[in-house]
Amino acid sequence: MKLIFALFTGLVFGIGIAISEMMNPAKVFNFFDIAGTWDPSLAFVMGGAVIVTFIGYRLVWCRTAPLFDGGFQIPNNSNIDSRLVGGSAIFGIGWGIAGFCPGAAIPALGTGRWEVVLFLAAVTAGFYARRLLTLIQQTTKAA
Amino acid sequence: METLFTPFASLGGGALIGLGAVLLMLGLGRILGATGIMSGLVFAENSSEFSWRAAMVVGMILSPGLIFLITGQMPEILVPVSPLMIAIGGVIVGFGASLGSGCTSGHGVCGLSRLSVRSIVAVPTFMVTAAITVYLTRHVFGA
Repeated sequence: MKLIFALFTGLVFGIGIAISEMMNPAKVFNFFDIAGTWDPSLAFVMGGAVIVTFIGYRLVWCRTAPLFDGGFQIPNNSNIDSRLVGGSAIFGIGWGIAGFCPGAAIPALGTGRWEVVLFLAAVTAGFYARRLLTLIQQTTKAA
Repeated sequence: METLFTPFASLGGGALIGLGAVLLMLGLGRILGATGIMSGLVFAENSSEFSWRAAMVVGMILSPGLIFLITGQMPEILVPVSPLMIAIGGVIVGFGASLGSGCTSGHGVCGLSRLSVRSIVAVPTFMVTAAITVYLTRHVFGA
């Protein structure tokens, strides 16, 4: 039941990504291209998503626990460190180059487009690069 | 390349993205972050988290097909950049999002809705670097 619920959740999220055109790089580039062919549509995506999530989360948190788990698992870290700021800055650069972000590309995989496969393979390589960096940092610290 | 301003589709799609995030909190008590879900599947270290993530990704991937069944059309994906840019951007996205512990879904939708201090720092950071990147690639180096 838990897995069917998770699958349904993914389906709702993916339909939202498709209808809102978050998975269309041309829209993403134009959202950021304020000096050129600006299309502010994606601000409405973020607005709609945050309004629903802001209200919905507070309703859900009236419960003592989620439906299929013993408790809510919410990050409580409030450290603003260089990894957060640097990582986010780097992520934005990549998003501005490729026009896809992970949450848009995963549902876009269902269209069967090779560009999406290429993007997600590259993201996976990026995950490994980050792992490698952590390993190197740990080794230098230990030495 | 111009795109049409679509405030209603964007708002509606955004609301569905938010509904997906709320459903995941209701069912499993988890934050919906595409980077965490994807890297969790890539490295497959935490077996108790693996199955719901996999089920969610299956749901996400099925969404364009469902839209095709209803409307007779796949969601539009216009890619105005070269495969090289997709690959380079993808690696940077994967590296940055994992270093910064989140992307548009985790920090953007869920983090802002929780009023997480880290996300309130992360989101403007990646929005600004994405906008600068698009400005440079489109207007300075001229794509």
